[in-house]
Amino acid sequence: MIHLENVRKEYIEGNAAVNGIALHVEKGEFVFVVGDSGSGKSTLIKLLLKELEPTDGEIVVNRTHLKSLKKKEIPLFRRNIGVVFQDFRLLKDRNVYENIAFAQRVIETSTKKIRKNVPAMLSLVGLAGKYRSYPKQLSGGEQQRVALARALVNEPTLLLADEPTGNLDPKNSWEIMKLLEEVNRRGTTVLVVTHNREIVDAMKKRVVTMKKGVIISDEKKGGYLYEN
Amino acid sequence: MRISTLFYLIKQGMKNIYRNKMFSLASIATMTACIFLFGLFFSLVTNFRHIVKVAEEGVGVTVFFNEGLSESEIQELGKKIEKRDEVMHITFVSAEEAWEEYQQVYFKEHPELADGFKDDNPLANSAHYEIFLKSVEKQDSLVDYLTSLEGVRRVNHSDVVANTLTDVNMIVAYVSVAIIIILLAVAIFLIGNTITVGIAVRKEEIAIMKLIGATDIFVRAPFVIEGAVIGLVGSAIPLVIIYILYNKVIQFMAEKFSILSLEFLPVDNIFRYLLPVSLAIGLGVGLFGSLTTIRKHLRV
Ligand SMILES: Nc1ncnc2c1ncn2[C@@H]1O[C@H](COP(=O)(O)OP(=O)(O)O)[C@@H](O)[C@H]1O
Ligand SMILES: [Mg+2]
Repeated sequence: MIHLENVRKEYIEGNAAVNGIALHVEKGEFVFVVGDSGSGKSTLIKLLLKELEPTDGEIVVNRTHLKSLKKKEIPLFRRNIGVVFQDFRLLKDRNVYENIAFAQRVIETSTKKIRKNVPAMLSLVGLAGKYRSYPKQLSGGEQQRVALARALVNEPTLLLADEPTGNLDPKNSWEIMKLLEEVNRRGTTVLVVTHNREIVDAMKKRVVTMKKGVIISDEKKGGYLYEN
Repeated sequence: MRISTLFYLIKQGMKNIYRNKMFSLASIATMTACIFLFGLFFSLVTNFRHIVKVAEEGVGVTVFFNEGLSESEIQELGKKIEKRDEVMHITFVSAEEAWEEYQQVYFKEHPELADGFKDDNPLANSAHYEIFLKSVEKQDSLVDYLTSLEGVRRVNHSDVVANTLTDVNMIVAYVSVAIIIILLAVAIFLIGNTITVGIAVRKEEIAIMKLIGATDIFVRAPFVIEGAVIGLVGSAIPLVIIYILYNKVIQFMAEKFSILSLEFLPVDNIFRYLLPVSLAIGLGVGLFGSLTTIRKHLRV
C-alpha cells in the first residue's frame, strides 16, 4: 500500500525535514507513527498525498508511482485516500450532513447515493442525531468524528490521520482510536500520527518512531519509545 | 459532468456573490453603468445613422438651368456632374415630367383644378437634374461646385442635419467610447477584486477540496460562474432600463420636435443587436475578470 525508498525532503536546501527514510506498509495494516515534534511526521503525510514533492527518493502509494503522477491525475489519486487532521478542518458554514456530503459532491457522486451514504457514515461514527448541527455546536470529539466520516464516506483504501486526538480529552481520544481500529478491521489501511503514549502502548499495533527526519525504530506490536 | 454537480457548482457561485455582497454589488453597478452608456450610445448612433440614411435616400440636390439653355448644353452639364466623385447617379427631369409630378402631389384630390393649365405648363422653366449623392456629408462640396458651373440658375439642397451633426457626433463618439472603455476596465478590475476576496474567504474550503480529490474545474467553476453571473446581471439591468426608457424618449421627441419629422427606429430594431451584443460584453467581461483572477490566485 505504501512504499518509501530513500525518501528525503528539504524545505530549505541542506536542511532535511525527512532524511532518507524507507517504509513499507502493506494493505490492511494499522500503523502508528510517533516521534518528537519537528521529527518530520506531517511532512511524511504530505509526501504521501503528493502535497509535497520529495527532494529525493521513490514513493509508491496504492500502486501509484508519485514521481510519474501528472498534476492532472492528482485528484483521482487522492480520491482513494482519506485524511484527518488535529484541527478537524470542517466547513464552519455548513452543518454536519453538508460537511460529509461535501466530500461526495467533490468527487461527483450522485445526489441519490449521497442521500444513502451520508446517513450510513453518520451512524458509523455515532452522530446520526446531530446531522443538522453546525461544527461550533459540537464538542471536539464530535467534530473529529464528523471529520472522520467525511474522510471515510468516499471509501478510501488508505486513511491517513495526523494527530487526530491532539485536541481531544482521553475519553474522546479513545473513541476516535476505536473508530480507526474499526475502520481498519473493515479493510482500510490506516496510518496514524500521534503523541498519545497511553493509547499507543495499549493498542499493541505496529509503531514507527521518527526522530529528526529518520526512522529510528519500527516494531510490530510495539510501544511508545522514551524520547530523548 | 453530472447535472447535480452542475447545479451544485452554480449554487456555490451564487453563494459567493451573496456572501460577498458589497463587492458583488459594486461590480454589478459598474457593469450596469457601462452597458447603460453603451446602450445609450448605441441607440443614438443607430438612430442617427438611420435618419441620415433616410435623408440620403431622398433627393440630395436639384439643379435648375438658365433660361434658354439648349438641350445639348444641358446634356453637357449632366456629363460634367456625373463625373463628380460625390455623385451616385443623376436623373434628368423635363419640365413636363416636373409638372406631372407636381400635379400628382398637389392636385391629387382635385385633378380638375390642374386642367386650367392644360397647354400652358406653369413649370416651363423647371427642367432639372436630380442628383443622388453617395453620402450626405459630401453635399457641401458638390453644391459649391454646381453653383460655380456655367448655365446653372439655381441649386436646391435639403439642409439635412447631417453636416453639423457629423462633427459633433464624432466628439460624442470618442468621448462615449473612452468612457465605455474606462468603465469596462473598472468593471474587470472590480470583478477581479470580488473574485479575489471570494477565493480568500474560501481558502480553507479550497484546500480541503483539493485534499479530497476535487478536480481543477470543480474548484474553479464556482468563481467562473460568479464572474459570469455578475457580468450578465450587470448587463441585463441596463437593458431593461433602456428598453423602458427608449419608447418614452422617442415618444417625447416625436411630440416635442414634430416639425423635424424625425423618424426613429422602433425599440425592437435597436434591441435586435443591442441585446446580444450587451449580454456578450457582460459575459465576456465577467469571464475575463474571473478567469484572469483565478489564474493569478488559484494556482492548483
Ligand atoms: N513549510 C515548511 N517550510 C520550512 N520548513 C518546514 C515547513 N514545514 C515543516 N518544516 C520543518 O520541517 C521539520 C519537520 O516538520 P513536520 O513534518 O511538521 O514535523 P512533525 O509533524 O513531526 O512535528 C521541522 O523542522 C519543521 O520546522
Ligand atoms: Mg506535525
